[in-house]
Amino acid sequence: MLAGCGANDAVTSDDARVSYWAASMTSSITRDEEVLTPQLEAFTAETGIEVDLEVVPWDDLWNRILTAVSSGQGPDVLNIGTTWSASLQATGAFIEFDDETMQAIGGAEKFVPTSLSATGADGQAPVAVPLYGQSYALYYNTEMFTEAGLDTPGTWDEMVAAGRQLTLDTTGDGEIDQWGVTFQGGWSGVSAHLMFILGRQNGGALLDAAGQPQFDSEPQVAAARRYLDLVATDRIASPSVAELTGAGPATEFAQGNAAMVIGQATVRGVLADLGFADYGVTRLPSPRTVRDGGHDTSTMVAGTNLTVMDTTSDRAAALELVRHLTDIDAQVELNLAYGTLPVIEAAYDHEAFDDDHLRTLRDVLREYAEPFPQVPEAGQVESLLGGAMKELLARVATGDVISDDDIRAALRDAGQQLEVGR
Amino acid sequence: MVTHRSETDAEVRARRQPGQLSDTPNGRDSRRRHWLPYVLILPAVVAELIIHVVPIVLGVWTSMTQLTQLHIRDWTNAPVIWFDNYRHGLDPAGAIGSALGDTVLRTLAFTVLVVALSWIIGMLAAYVLNTRVRGARGFRLLFLVPFAVPTFASVLAWSFMFSRDQGAVNHVLVDQFGLLDERPFWLIGDNAFWAMVVVAVWRLWPFAFLMLLAALQGVPGELDDAAAVDGASRWRTFRSITLPAIRPVNAVVILIMGLWSFNEFSVPYVLFGPRPPESATLLAALIYEHSFVHFGMGLGAAMNVLVLMFLLGVSLLFLRLFVPHGRRHA
Amino acid sequence: MREGPGFRWFRRGVLTFLTLITVVPLYVVVSSSVKPLADVQGRFSWIPREVTLSPYVDTWTTVPLARYLVNSLIVAAVSASLALLVAVAAAYALSRFTFRGDRAFRLAVLSTQMVPGMLFLVPLFLIFSQVHTWLGIRVIGTHAGLIVTFMTFSLPFAIWMLTGLFAGIPREVEEAALLDGLGRIGVLLRIVLPLARPALAAVGIFAFVIAWGEVLFASVLSDADTRTLAVGLRAYITQSTVLWNELMAASVIASVPVVVGFLMLHRHLMRGLGAGLR
Repeated sequence: MLAGCGANDAVTSDDARVSYWAASMTSSITRDEEVLTPQLEAFTAETGIEVDLEVVPWDDLWNRILTAVSSGQGPDVLNIGTTWSASLQATGAFIEFDDETMQAIGGAEKFVPTSLSATGADGQAPVAVPLYGQSYALYYNTEMFTEAGLDTPGTWDEMVAAGRQLTLDTTGDGEIDQWGVTFQGGWSGVSAHLMFILGRQNGGALLDAAGQPQFDSEPQVAAARRYLDLVATDRIASPSVAELTGAGPATEFAQGNAAMVIGQATVRGVLADLGFADYGVTRLPSPRTVRDGGHDTSTMVAGTNLTVMDTTSDRAAALELVRHLTDIDAQVELNLAYGTLPVIEAAYDHEAFDDDHLRTLRDVLREYAEPFPQVPEAGQVESLLGGAMKELLARVATGDVISDDDIRAALRDAGQQLEVGR
Repeated sequence: MVTHRSETDAEVRARRQPGQLSDTPNGRDSRRRHWLPYVLILPAVVAELIIHVVPIVLGVWTSMTQLTQLHIRDWTNAPVIWFDNYRHGLDPAGAIGSALGDTVLRTLAFTVLVVALSWIIGMLAAYVLNTRVRGARGFRLLFLVPFAVPTFASVLAWSFMFSRDQGAVNHVLVDQFGLLDERPFWLIGDNAFWAMVVVAVWRLWPFAFLMLLAALQGVPGELDDAAAVDGASRWRTFRSITLPAIRPVNAVVILIMGLWSFNEFSVPYVLFGPRPPESATLLAALIYEHSFVHFGMGLGAAMNVLVLMFLLGVSLLFLRLFVPHGRRHA
Repeated sequence: MREGPGFRWFRRGVLTFLTLITVVPLYVVVSSSVKPLADVQGRFSWIPREVTLSPYVDTWTTVPLARYLVNSLIVAAVSASLALLVAVAAAYALSRFTFRGDRAFRLAVLSTQMVPGMLFLVPLFLIFSQVHTWLGIRVIGTHAGLIVTFMTFSLPFAIWMLTGLFAGIPREVEEAALLDGLGRIGVLLRIVLPLARPALAAVGIFAFVIAWGEVLFASVLSDADTRTLAVGLRAYITQSTVLWNELMAASVIASVPVVVGFLMLHRHLMRGLGAGLR
């Protein structure tokens, strides 16, 4: 299988070593190490290259990369978030995955095409390759839906209607204890992602062609409205969502406190851990009438990428590791363990991924995904826009009435900070 | 030159170090005095130079460059833009300038509240434990615990308690005492500011307590007793005798707590995560966000320098106003 | 001063209030650390429905807690010892000699307290990385880098307190020793330090506490092998489930050594404070 692989021939020294920073994908660093170690041992057995693994918590990863770039003291291979690609590309501290490099890791064609769209600025050679795929989707409680005689929601309005019907006071104590939908409203990153997705559905864009922020354009304001109204006027989401992060929403869903949850592919993993299986997955619906220029977008290309620092002392060995981690064996094992989506086409033929939910999620990633803006300021966009939306949702959750003008003002302010920041 | 003398030098010395071994009878020693004190402070000087002075100079230089992700890799060659970063930071009409202005005001409010509350609580505790009370030692130990518990541990515990649905705070306020009908949010929205104040005070008041108790124990009891004989009330005795007696300590305690609070980073960072709610964004968090999240290290450094100048000014003014002459070196 | 009944009630009230605000959060931490995960995820309850010690067992494997604990111990102990050594020398110079620049030195040391940590975090990092480039010595990600940095954090306070303490030690003893031909250093080592031992312990524990709890610099200057507790515990709060019970158990484990040490030595710390303030 390795025969004919160009990069392999280049690895000549017997004591080749690469260091690898893996982002923590589970609730325990130790568990991450347990998941990765067999894969890396297999890699060493196959190629003779030793791997020094360090699992870095997501919270620390960005700073660690920043310090690695400024000092030139970093790992050879590392994980990055998909939305960071263009930002990190601008530092010039990472190798380019040009055609030749792509060939060395098994060719660009092995990847799911959309997943390659979030690997760097448009018009430039990618700075990373995908590793773990994620897509947003709507999960729904099949038992509740069947009992209420509801079908899988196909449009935003149907989702809201279903949510209304399933928002109930089941114990009769005057307090609602079952809500229609839940999501990670306390997480600014997710708020920004949803603004991107809902905005695209409305025909908007976060940045115009010149890269100027359009956060307060009409489609974006309408998207924000739609998002906030889940709590404000539709009242199908508990005000508590404004504080929910991490596995909170999936846990609420599994406990029957919410009939639907908006989340990424990893929700499956949480639900499996909690032993909850009575659910279906569908794509995040868009409004019934897609406006002029609107799209069917229902997710951004989310997940984790893999890249190589150009200070690496053994580029061939580093690329070997990239090839290994994006080949079928590692893709199947790792994505299975993490509950993420394989980023190579071949993996979906594997029996382990012969699953309706996974097929739905893959189709979403393949057919309805667009990358978050691939610009150097993507990190700021995420932080400023997400922060503004989190504030707005917090106000809604505490009972404030938010007008479109309030939304516009908050989003405009976030946009201005971005412009001046350049 | 160690032995350089003048009238004023001698005066200063006499006032400051009454017991100074200035004239040693041993000739050998007096020769040694030329270099000995310098050798003794050398390690401290070197450490301060490496960890503080050089980085600060470098930070000031950074504040005049456009150090963004485009240049971070080859940072010594970042384009120098002189005072552009400062202009952004000080422009009240711009998005960044107005955010900085708001944040300065918020940080000041936070500082004043935290210092005042910590001082009051610490003073209460120190005052009652400076009287003859049973179990004083036990209380003293207990009250010091919040200061000794590492920040990350205690603040994480508070973030758990402030959770809207699972937290102890709302459990007490809503479920047990029924003081509120709605479960309020503490970690998002405007309440986040108050949550942060509570946590900061909880961590800081034992420090005020420790310092003030040490100071009160140095106040001779006869003074109080004499006042009591004169029929002065406890409150009047406290105000007219105790407070003036511990005035220098008070000034130092308030200054130290003020500086700590103004530069507070860990409490909101651990309580809310890397991006705190707007109501709880203090200066350190704002600068952190610009430097690290937005990759604007030049701008972040400029904000830092502005903060430093402000603090230096305020501290000097404070020392001039409240610390008696001759103690200023402390 | 005579204690009237009014004052006694006032004192009782104050002590009750302060005990409550101190104890309740600590109780929440400890009680949550012995609850099963399902209980800490649900609504809060004061009395654990079920007491389990498994968080105290599992927490060691969820994160490499033992490694973090060892790192924190090394970094805090060494940096506190170094800070003591450096501060003793500087404080002795300040309390026993008048020399040109002593005032400037005092001011400089104290004013570093005003500098926002953020201002020198990035430059310090850049300097440390240049040391590697120029001299080939790795600083970032080593214990040494953390030790040197944390040492300077406690220096100003240590120097300030020890200067006050040394000034309070009667000079007659020293003069006699000097006359006996014991040099300055001999006096410092044989006479002054033994007298100041409790205070040294107090300053040491203070420096230890600072290094033990530092979050910001530790997160940037450490790597997987040298990560301290303060940074490591944040790893519990990841993208997925927050294991609150294990987190609280780890917090207890991380707090007990410093709290015990601090409380054991607090009286010396207070005496030192008293001397430093006078």
